[in-house]
Amino acid sequence: MSSLVKNTIRFVLFILVQVYVLFQVHPLHQFIVPYLYFLYILWLPFNTPRLTLTMVGFLFGLSLDYFAKTPGLHAASCTLIAYLRPFLINILIRQEGSEQNYRSPSVTSMGFAPYATYVIILTIVHNSYLVFLEWLHFGSILYFMGKVLATTGVSLLLIFVAELLFYRKEKFRTNIA
Amino acid sequence: MRNIFLFIRRYFNFLFFVILQVIALSFLFRYNRFHEAAFMGVASEVTGRMSERYNNIEYYFHLKRTNDALVKENERLNNMLLQNFAPSDTSSRIVVDSIKVDSLEQYRRYRYYPARVVESFTSLQTNYIMLQRGTVQGIQKDMGVISPQGIVGRIVNVSDNYSTAMILLNRQFKTNAKLKKGGERGSVEWDGKDPQYVYLKDIPKSATVTKGDTVITSELSSIFPPNIMVGTVNAIINDKSSNFYTLKLKTATNFYSVFYVYVIADLHREERKQLQEETKSSQ
Repeated sequence: MSSLVKNTIRFVLFILVQVYVLFQVHPLHQFIVPYLYFLYILWLPFNTPRLTLTMVGFLFGLSLDYFAKTPGLHAASCTLIAYLRPFLINILIRQEGSEQNYRSPSVTSMGFAPYATYVIILTIVHNSYLVFLEWLHFGSILYFMGKVLATTGVSLLLIFVAELLFYRKEKFRTNIA
Repeated sequence: MRNIFLFIRRYFNFLFFVILQVIALSFLFRYNRFHEAAFMGVASEVTGRMSERYNNIEYYFHLKRTNDALVKENERLNNMLLQNFAPSDTSSRIVVDSIKVDSLEQYRRYRYYPARVVESFTSLQTNYIMLQRGTVQGIQKDMGVISPQGIVGRIVNVSDNYSTAMILLNRQFKTNAKLKKGGERGSVEWDGKDPQYVYLKDIPKSATVTKGDTVITSELSSIFPPNIMVGTVNAIINDKSSNFYTLKLKTATNFYSVFYVYVIADLHREERKQLQEETKSSQ
């Protein structure tokens, strides 16, 4: 399957799962909102041009916004992580040329520790920005801190589960292929 | 000039990112009429259609609860029927008074439309539900929405076949309510925390309130007819520094199992609105 088709299907699936599964979960606590959808941006291929990446982030966030009726909220945070992603990858990549040898960020392509750092940092950035924007409308500092921590925890847990469930086989690509 | 172009080319990625951020933030903070009309209408048609598909499946699993709610409502309405009441002694008789105080005509103030809920959110700070009924089926902005159990929200956005309602569990939602017992009025708001509880503010301390008291919509509310259930008092918060109580209410409507709602058209809305505007402009 070509990368474009695969990522388009993923786009739709992530939105649907977030809207019809995760948003439908009855809130356990006021701080906990299970967010998983932004994993789509983390899974995009290495060779996505930076402009496209930012644009895709924006569109992805905006489509979720139209479901949740919060225009701009998720779009803003998705654009932010999509923009920051290349910088992080440049810092964290294991060795020269890894982004040529593998298709997209994963444990196999980056190694466990760099990949974990990558996921954790972007999750924290995404959730803090999202909650921060919400907090500008209403809220207190305690609410902000608590919600960032709780949502990040839940998000990381969900990402961990998703990584285990949908193990992505990363083929080592050589110049011949 | 050349330097400007060079600058733009060099930092194009960053500038693009900033532009997108500005667009997103302007959507968020300047959510305006243009945006509503231009994007939300089309978007609701699309998301509405998808949600309807999903809801067709989900609906099946909630049939039992929906049925229970409807039976309860029927019970309540049946108990209000006139033929249930008999005179206590045979010499007197209940007569329906056909002479109105205003003897000209009887008029209709509210009209109810049934609507199915196809999408609902309770886990965000600004929660909305989507109804399968739109302008074509007679829905307009600012109509009230109630469920068989109590109030639900207000229509904020309409497309051709779907409409979006802001529900009680939305931090921007406010309505006027009163205590059933004493009639003291206050405003109902949600604090964004627990989706089961809302707050009734500004109840004077002279009011006698006990836990379990009923709170209903007041005559001041511009969207709901009076005397519709809002919730029951769960706790009384006594702020020593003010002369008012804040009451914690358990909502009458269970927002997780709302599948049918009634949209209420206030047939006097235009008149009220016009009067309000005239009063404002004459000051």
